[in-house]
Amino acid sequence: MGNIWTITKRELRGYFASPVAFVFIVIFLLLAGFFTFMIAQFFKVGQATLSQTSYSPMFFGWHPWLYLFLVPAVGMRMWSEERRLGTIELLLTMPITPWQAILGKFLASWAVVAIALALTFPVWITVNYLGNPDNGVIVGGYIGSLLMAGAYLSITAMTSAMTRNQVVAFIVAVVISLFLILAGFPPVTDMLVTWAQPWIVDLIAAFSVMTHFESIQKGVLDSRDILYFVSVMAFCLFTTSTIIRAHRAG
Amino acid sequence: MIQVRDLKKNFGPKAAVNGVSFTVERGEVLGFLGPNGAGKSTTMRMITGFIPPTEGSIKIGDHDMLENPLPAKRLIGYLPENAPSYTDMTVAGFLGFTAELRGMSGDAKKKAVERVIEMCFLENVRHQSVDTLSKGYRHRTCFAQSIIHDPDVLVLDEPTDGLDPNQKHEVRTLIRRMGEKKAIIFSTHILEEVEAVCSRAVIIDRGKIVANGTPRDLKMRAPTAGAVLVQFTDGNGADVAQKVGALPGIDRAEVVGERPLTVRAYPHKRSASEDTARAINELAAKERWPLQQLHVEEGRLDEVFRSITLPDTKKEATK
Repeated sequence: MGNIWTITKRELRGYFASPVAFVFIVIFLLLAGFFTFMIAQFFKVGQATLSQTSYSPMFFGWHPWLYLFLVPAVGMRMWSEERRLGTIELLLTMPITPWQAILGKFLASWAVVAIALALTFPVWITVNYLGNPDNGVIVGGYIGSLLMAGAYLSITAMTSAMTRNQVVAFIVAVVISLFLILAGFPPVTDMLVTWAQPWIVDLIAAFSVMTHFESIQKGVLDSRDILYFVSVMAFCLFTTSTIIRAHRAG
Repeated sequence: MIQVRDLKKNFGPKAAVNGVSFTVERGEVLGFLGPNGAGKSTTMRMITGFIPPTEGSIKIGDHDMLENPLPAKRLIGYLPENAPSYTDMTVAGFLGFTAELRGMSGDAKKKAVERVIEMCFLENVRHQSVDTLSKGYRHRTCFAQSIIHDPDVLVLDEPTDGLDPNQKHEVRTLIRRMGEKKAIIFSTHILEEVEAVCSRAVIIDRGKIVANGTPRDLKMRAPTAGAVLVQFTDGNGADVAQKVGALPGIDRAEVVGERPLTVRAYPHKRSASEDTARAINELAAKERWPLQQLHVEEGRLDEVFRSITLPDTKKEATK
């Protein structure tokens, strides 16, 4: 536990010593604001919600798309930088287990996203000032958004363990994440329905972050949705450890 | 402290390390020599637990590196090749981080960081970020990391690579001093370093140990070891060589330089070098050759190194 925290602290310092964390937080806040207020017309729709209005997705509804590019940008350095600098050799010859290193790094990058998400609190204040939203639903939205970011990050951890090149790690992570979005994105599922059995479409959609995030952000905290995100993270981090072990074994 | 037995490592079909065994006790400094790609770094990476061996066993102290890596790793300080460190941290921050991973905190951690900063002359740069440092300082920072927990076992992969002559001297002195109480393995390309620092040297070539002994023993394996080198201010080379070569107990003598005239005489037996030298001295006095210098050659490590590690085909070609 102590070792995980030591590594998390180091990684967090690394994020804030380089501009990565600040750039991510600022761009995330700008884009979240832009989509909420300009695209979704927060002030004009006259509905006190942060999830879904009758016209378009609201605040949380844009998160899967924002995270698609921003989260891999945060996580891409996680392991590829270690490999490029050669510090992975130092880290893994320390008296720690590889799992402590994997978790420590993952938690640090997750914390960066969590900070960015927490800094969207003015939106929450605004919607409470203007109307009477269901705050339980909003809390659900935040939890779902954080879980989704964690799932994307674990995918990025995995791709970044594969290569010493951060750009490659970024692109592969974006592609995998995009697949996980599109598998349950209504326009895509609508198209699939025209030529595949409904159960196949449901099966594919069950793999999508959209399907699971959708219900959480409506305020339905279903254990199956939480289990989905947790298992994506567990699977990807496990794969990360396998990749690192295979890389060391040569 | 370090026990390595039948270590093998294959990368695909290629055997990088092929059956390496040795031990290093406390108080020993083992020099690891070999051409590039001989398997030095791979062996060190296996000893420190970074890569698992294909076959063989590694024991550090009483702990098996493969079955029980954490206690084994606790005993080791490791300086990897190229001395990597986190470039976004300050020197003191980086050393503090490694101290924490070594299980130190609070006062103990502060003291450990201070100690290695002083030992490795990092005082001037302690608050500087690693990516602004010159190569020598980076190297010393990583070296400081390896001794932060005062380990019983030190594994140093080319600890003097990229340092200037003064820094090299400092690091060698440090290694020699620490070698009195620790078990140290270090690899190097620089042969004088082995003579200056090591109590024992191992030459490794194409994944196998081809020589193992004290630097003195190894030097004895040089073709010129035990030969008598004699120098005259003046004289007829062919005549001198012929007369020296005719002395009893001498195999052959050859002229290796004119002006001053230098002749090298090879005795039948290496143990007879002293007698040979005396005989040549007497001959020179009798013939009134102007003797300038006469000594028994110790042999040079680079000759041994070349004769052992040059691939056979190349050896044929140079003949």
